[in-house]
Amino acid sequence: MTNSLMLEIKNLHASANGNKILSGVNLKVRPGEVHAIMGPNGSGKSTLAQVLAGRETYEIPEGEVVYEGKDLLAMSPEERAREGVFLAFQYPVEIPGVTTSYFLKAALNSIRKHQGLQELDAVDFLSRVKERLKLVDMDKSFLSRSVNEGFSGGEKKRNEIFQMAVLEPKLAILDETDSGLDIDALRIVADGVNKLRRSDNAIIVVTHYQRLLNHIIPDFVHVLVDGRVVRSGGKDLALQLEEKGYDWVKSEPNGVSVGAEK
Amino acid sequence: MTQTKERLVDWYLMSFGEFEKTLNGEAQTRLHALRRKAISKFVDLGFPTTKDEEWRFTNVSPITNLRFLPVTEPERSEIRLEELSVVGLPDFDCIRLVYVDGHYASELSLTDGLPAGVTVGSFRSGLKEGNNSLFQSLAHHAGYEREPFTALNTAFLQDGALVHVPRGIVVDRPIHILYVSGRRSRPFLTVPRNLFVIQDGARVSIIESYVGIEENIYFTNAVTEVVVGSGSVVEHDKIQSESVKGFHIGTIHVSQQERSTYTANSVSLGGGLVRNNVIALLDGEHCECTLNGLSLATGTQLIDNHTTIEHAKPKCVSHELYKSILDGASKGVFSGKIFVRKDAQKTDAKQTNKTLLLSDEATIDTKPQLEIFADDVKCTHGATVGQLDEEQIFYLRSRGMGLEQARDVLTYAFAREVTQRVHVEPLRDQLEAMIHAKLHRGRIIQDDRETDE
Repeated sequence: MTNSLMLEIKNLHASANGNKILSGVNLKVRPGEVHAIMGPNGSGKSTLAQVLAGRETYEIPEGEVVYEGKDLLAMSPEERAREGVFLAFQYPVEIPGVTTSYFLKAALNSIRKHQGLQELDAVDFLSRVKERLKLVDMDKSFLSRSVNEGFSGGEKKRNEIFQMAVLEPKLAILDETDSGLDIDALRIVADGVNKLRRSDNAIIVVTHYQRLLNHIIPDFVHVLVDGRVVRSGGKDLALQLEEKGYDWVKSEPNGVSVGAEK
Repeated sequence: MTQTKERLVDWYLMSFGEFEKTLNGEAQTRLHALRRKAISKFVDLGFPTTKDEEWRFTNVSPITNLRFLPVTEPERSEIRLEELSVVGLPDFDCIRLVYVDGHYASELSLTDGLPAGVTVGSFRSGLKEGNNSLFQSLAHHAGYEREPFTALNTAFLQDGALVHVPRGIVVDRPIHILYVSGRRSRPFLTVPRNLFVIQDGARVSIIESYVGIEENIYFTNAVTEVVVGSGSVVEHDKIQSESVKGFHIGTIHVSQQERSTYTANSVSLGGGLVRNNVIALLDGEHCECTLNGLSLATGTQLIDNHTTIEHAKPKCVSHELYKSILDGASKGVFSGKIFVRKDAQKTDAKQTNKTLLLSDEATIDTKPQLEIFADDVKCTHGATVGQLDEEQIFYLRSRGMGLEQARDVLTYAFAREVTQRVHVEPLRDQLEAMIHAKLHRGRIIQDDRETDE
């Protein structure tokens, strides 16, 4: 682990249609770390993920997000992706008429172009992609199917992790990647993510339940309630939450930080 | 009828008189008797106005404001083969008939290697000689009594393409009929005419395409008749890529016999004012009729697709998918009629019309019309009009694609639902390239072809 910060969220506020959703989130992420963000329904977990990915439907009245020394909030969604930010969607979007292979090649090449790398031709692309398919136990027939069209819930989630494997982001945000997965699919997805953990990338896992964290072991757990982090701790915090429920932390008047050194 | 229209009809009547003077002995033929009936019908009918229900959404005054000179004399073609590849001659192995300004150009055509018994060629001489079997089918399906544009086509009829596939023959190479409008400076009229007679159990793919070699003003008024014999399988693709200053009115009449399969894919990219009519009669049991269409309009283009499917016999299936992509201040029209006659029980008809509006100024008029006289049928229709999906755009952008590229990819995907139904593979590739070229209007996406295995 290096000491340099990859991501720093400072006092982030966000609202949608005049409704306040995030009210002062603070978070620091370093390369190599896995952070879990937990919280009850409606606490703002998904909003945080969406805001980081550049969803334009949210207003940001206050706060700052610094990613690798740059102002993340000033970047378009595609600039963020090209700079290495990746969001695994809670609800992956179906795109009829666009094959997964075409989609991924276009995505990968726009990222590579931005990073000054040579664009991959069809042959190189295919060999890279085939190897990554194995990571999430997907058949190569996925490549010629339209993006997420007619995919089961589990297939959609696996496809997100497959994309992550191909695009190799520096910062991956997994938004409720465990929702809708049975135990086997959960294990496949989690194993895939674990194989992608490296000392130079970071992962933020947004989840309601602790079960995903049995497979993807976080370095830090943060509990989001009413749009702010009310408690931070190590992986044990997730277990406590599982046992005691969210009501236990909801009563905390203000953010209490344990373990997550600032 | 208004003053202007009367004068315009007179203009064509006068042109007809001029045409007659050049005919000499031909004026006594069976063909000319047909033409005379057609011109007199045309004068009676006049051009339609928006008061006619069939033309409610399409005002043809841009056509009636001009005096188009019918091209009655074939000219020595100044068009070279290389030029055709630029405007849309597919670069694949096919049997090819090329017409320049409506007249057959043998030097540009290629009809070698046809299976025995199959006829593909110009019917100019057959018409002049009053060939019996030709006249049995010609103008039999495309009635000119009520259709002014069909009457006008028939009035100046001189040449056209005949495809005759005898019983049981499979033509494995596609037949491409290309109508090129050339470099005349004054507005001109051409009347392409096609007759496809596909006999029982035969199989063939025919491509009809219309291209302008220059951005000049002309009017293509085409009529195609297709006879689909029992148990035969016909794919009929039409590509309309006229000059954007050109006008195109094309009517296809299809008559299907029992257990036949007819699939039409119509792609319209060019033309200032375009009307594609498809009229299919399912005249035997267990027919399958599929009509697909795609319009891509920009600027002030108007592209109108009118389809009529008449289920006359029981147990037939018809499917329709018409899609429009409209940008700029363009206008789209879709009218889909399905008639189910009293005897046509167990009819299964499905019609879908989808429009993608890429600008605030583009508009679509869509009108499904189902008339069902049988009681045991399954008929559905649906129409959607919308813009590009913001969720999809965000998803693509979140993976690194720029906004423009995301929009292009999604627009292209919308079109692909139709183009991928074209079975003639090299044609499909070419169509996709043409759509790309038009969509991107000069913006190039690097390596945008599919990388599927």
